[in-house]
Amino acid sequence: MRTFKIGGVHPNDSKLSSDKSIETMPLPEKAVIPLSQHIGAPATPVVEKGAHVVVGQLIAQATGFMSSNIHSPYSGTIEKIEVAKDAWGMPCPSIFINVEGDEWDEAIDRSEKINRECKNTPEEIIKKIGDAGIVGLGGACFPTHVKLGIRPPAKAEVLIVNGVECEPYLTCDHRLMLEHGEELLIGVTLIMKAINVERAIIGIECNKMDAIEHLRELAVRYFGIEIMPLKMHYPQGGEKQLIDACIGRQVPSGALPIAVGAVVQNVATCYAVYEAVQKNKPLIERVVTVTGDEVKNPCNLRVRFGTPLQMLVDKAGGLPGEYKIIAGGPMMGRAFSNIDSPTSKRTSGVLIMPRAKAKRQPEENCIRCAKCVSACPMGLEPYLISTMTEMKMWDGVEAAHVMDCIECGCCLYTCPANRPLLDYIRMGKQTVGGIIRGRAQKK
Amino acid sequence: MNIITISVIILGAIGCIAAVILYIVAQKFKVEEDVRIDQIVEVLPGANCGGCGYPGCRGFSEACVKSDTLEGKLCPVGGQPVMQKVAAILGMEAGEVTPKVAVVRCNGTCSNRKKTNTYDGARNCRIASSHYSGDTGCGFGCFGFGDCQAVCPANAIVIDEDKGIAEIMEDKCVGCGACVKACPRSIIELRNKGPKGKRVYVGCVNKDKGAVAKKACNAACIGCGKCAKTCPFEAITVQNNVAYIDFNKCKMCRKCVTECPTGAIKDVNFPTPAVKPAKPAAPAEKPTVVEKPVITEKQEVIEKPVVNEQPKVEEPIIVEQPKVEKSISEEKPKEETPKAEETIIIEEPKAEEESKEKTSEAQDQSLF
Amino acid sequence: MIVSPSPHIHNNDSVRRDMLNVLIALLPAYIITLFYFGSGAVYLTALSICTCMLCEHLIQKFVFKKPSQLGNLSAIVTGALLALNLPSNLDWWIVIIGAIVAIGIGKMTFGGLGQNPFNPALVGRVFLLVSFPAQMTTWPKPSPMHFEIDYTDVETGATYLTQMKEGLVSNPDYADLFIGSIGGSMGEISAIALLIGFIYLICTKTITWHIPVSIVTTVFVFTGIVFLVAPEGHADPLIHIMTGGLLLGSVFMATDYATSPMTHKGQLIYGVGIGIITSVIRLWGAYPEGVSFAILIMNAATPLINHYVKPTRFGETVKKEGK
Repeated sequence: MRTFKIGGVHPNDSKLSSDKSIETMPLPEKAVIPLSQHIGAPATPVVEKGAHVVVGQLIAQATGFMSSNIHSPYSGTIEKIEVAKDAWGMPCPSIFINVEGDEWDEAIDRSEKINRECKNTPEEIIKKIGDAGIVGLGGACFPTHVKLGIRPPAKAEVLIVNGVECEPYLTCDHRLMLEHGEELLIGVTLIMKAINVERAIIGIECNKMDAIEHLRELAVRYFGIEIMPLKMHYPQGGEKQLIDACIGRQVPSGALPIAVGAVVQNVATCYAVYEAVQKNKPLIERVVTVTGDEVKNPCNLRVRFGTPLQMLVDKAGGLPGEYKIIAGGPMMGRAFSNIDSPTSKRTSGVLIMPRAKAKRQPEENCIRCAKCVSACPMGLEPYLISTMTEMKMWDGVEAAHVMDCIECGCCLYTCPANRPLLDYIRMGKQTVGGIIRGRAQKK
Repeated sequence: MNIITISVIILGAIGCIAAVILYIVAQKFKVEEDVRIDQIVEVLPGANCGGCGYPGCRGFSEACVKSDTLEGKLCPVGGQPVMQKVAAILGMEAGEVTPKVAVVRCNGTCSNRKKTNTYDGARNCRIASSHYSGDTGCGFGCFGFGDCQAVCPANAIVIDEDKGIAEIMEDKCVGCGACVKACPRSIIELRNKGPKGKRVYVGCVNKDKGAVAKKACNAACIGCGKCAKTCPFEAITVQNNVAYIDFNKCKMCRKCVTECPTGAIKDVNFPTPAVKPAKPAAPAEKPTVVEKPVITEKQEVIEKPVVNEQPKVEEPIIVEQPKVEKSISEEKPKEETPKAEETIIIEEPKAEEESKEKTSEAQDQSLF
Repeated sequence: MIVSPSPHIHNNDSVRRDMLNVLIALLPAYIITLFYFGSGAVYLTALSICTCMLCEHLIQKFVFKKPSQLGNLSAIVTGALLALNLPSNLDWWIVIIGAIVAIGIGKMTFGGLGQNPFNPALVGRVFLLVSFPAQMTTWPKPSPMHFEIDYTDVETGATYLTQMKEGLVSNPDYADLFIGSIGGSMGEISAIALLIGFIYLICTKTITWHIPVSIVTTVFVFTGIVFLVAPEGHADPLIHIMTGGLLLGSVFMATDYATSPMTHKGQLIYGVGIGIITSVIRLWGAYPEGVSFAILIMNAATPLINHYVKPTRFGETVKKEGK
């Protein structure tokens, strides 16, 4: 079985909710929709205070090239448009909606029937994706229409679909593949058409054999789609690692995947593309895994954006005592500091970790065991970068290729001395990034 | 004998040739350097902190020698006496400079700001600030992980464990400004040291709206603007819900200090505490700091026996203080006190109502 | 709520666990030692470990003024390794000097755990070897089930390596070499015990195979070539591998985290270097044994290797079409 070549770790996968089918979350009474749910500029609101909106109505428009539309996940009245605190306490402009009923935009096809026919041209597909406000649902939230808008001379050769879900605990993509396999494959076909490739590979780790079997059966009817089982290996879901695992090509440092002819999309994104193109349904909801070792009821929920996190936590059985709550998986997810904040396109999972597990062990001297070097999937030297960052030797940090770091967390995961390697590397990356941008501007 | 003579001659010859070569090389590559540069370096304190804006003491010295005037050049460590010595060496007039000192514009001590989260990453302010807004409700205040402490060349910054924020020991502070650059939150500011070290400044940079800021921190600037109205010299401006005192205009009358409802404005090094004219004896900051919580506490205790966490923790303070409080308020001129109370009553309930709403919301949600 | 940057899980590895694994891996060697050298071995080991711990604790407390680091067991590992490198009939005060040099000079002068450029146990051993050459190079002949501390009545003798140096090449019994019924320092006699330790360390992922295998292979190849060219007066490569401190050194000393290179490529270079220097000292040098010197010399070269040998970065190699 294939996997990527350099580094990586093998955390226990702890997929507690993999046999729980997707439930639909009830609507909240009040919802807060952040205007910055993607990489790039925040969207500009196009509705005013007091206006009545329906589900699927555009409420904020993309600002510039690198941005994304936001649609109302609810029907109701706009209470106010104001700065709210996001999940990390940072101010973020948001639209507050008083939810009233559940009235949908008429253009949206809400039937269960699977629509397999598509007469759209590639340009139309990409435009529809952009209009629907679809972003990469794997976690990075890169606007999908920007990623698909490949500019010559770059040419895509293969579409790689990320069904790896290498983060422990998370099962939302797994459930999606099992329950919406057909729609997913149609989504993949649509993207293949949009970027004009003949071949697509869906990479799935072998801890999801049922999903692999299921999609293999379905994929027989879809031309050019190959299901590729992959060895369990973190961080296989990283774009560069996945390309290496699936087609054996390594994206050069500083380049985008298109440099080796690959385009990577998450399975959830493919499903969203199907809904947007075939059903005219914009991106207003996603599947979120709510899980954790001591959670009473780990589950997979279909959640509309703007639902308060507290509701999700309560649904899974509430919080006894002091906990760490993480948006996303345990390796790359970000710990919340504000539980009153809403879910957004970024929230792929809500992981609740008990205090005993969440606390880091006290840090010790670096014993130079080189475990971080062996574990780094990008072939960097984390111990060196973090030490140089602590000493503010920015030239050295840059020369050590800090910008290649994908922040996967393998170094810190494996460090026997519990040194906060990634914390410092991230700071080094930010600083060096700033220095590089400054240099570019001077020129 | 012969061998000895020959070896002496040969070695002597080698020595002579080497000496000639060395002399020629020394002449050829001689670097003309102004002797005054070294003289000035001797005078300078040698902290190499870079506070003057030049790379180290030598860089500063070279710049002084090259330039025609000392205007705008200051060694923040040595201050005026050193600059006068430099001026004497160069035969110039030392520019008129005001010594500066760094101030931490945050009152968010552990007792003023309640912790809502526990941070568990690398203890570094920049890392923490890029991750989230802080482990209290205030997204602007001091983290207390000591980035400033690490860069201070004079060891003038301490992080008091009980207070949890950075404190500057002003007798050690040389005003180089390294901490100002190091602070990811831009809390630290270089201010004029003031006559005899007397200074008045706003100890808060919280840009949140008043109610939010007050909820996060007892001693936050709520942007009410009372200080700006009171100030006879128009030294105070309120922008983005934060007051700022211009130290060039401030005449240190300290009217703002007594006026501030939250005690966010700090006055340091004044021999007598800040009170209304002709009324000494009362402690300087206490009336302003404690006055308000006490009153609100009373209201709360009466109105709702079951309250959220904040009052519970603060109750002991009320028990201890009331007598002092009463005496102070009695002592004050009648004109002032009611005003202060009024504003407090106007502002406080707002904050309380909001918190009430929020708690009820949270309860509603949990009923789902 | 607890807030921290990612990642939020850890593989539960710790310095303490790694050190414990090393100690467990040393157990087979200790059992053999106990069998052949008896209670003297226990006595020396206990003395060495206690001195190391005390020394580290005092320096940590009074010089560094930091909390004690005894909990991570690294001082115990140093003490145990040092003891295994000594003859079992060594005087007690020599052991104490060795332990103090190992921890005090070899480790703590550089800032403690992880900062030392040289393997502390080897620093201690080489110090003793140079200072007390006579005591350090006479070994009691192994006598199974010997349980007296007093060695006065025990025969002492030289190791095979010394014999080889003196030109007396006898035909050794490989079984003796393998099991350990030969003279030598406490830990180096039994090849099988050290191999068990090696396998344990590999299985627990405490070390990787690169350093030990490269050292042993290099020595095997190097001495093998010499043996093929001139069989007269040279021992065959298997004897070289199984005698002396080669296995002990390559499995437990050369793999010391702090003093070995960080990348696998670097580790191979380091291992080959140790192998060559060891062989050269053994074949042509003044000392019969050269593993400790070889490791210390390559320890010194480690920063250089770390500087020039970098891991292969992702995307650095020319892209190849898979399938």
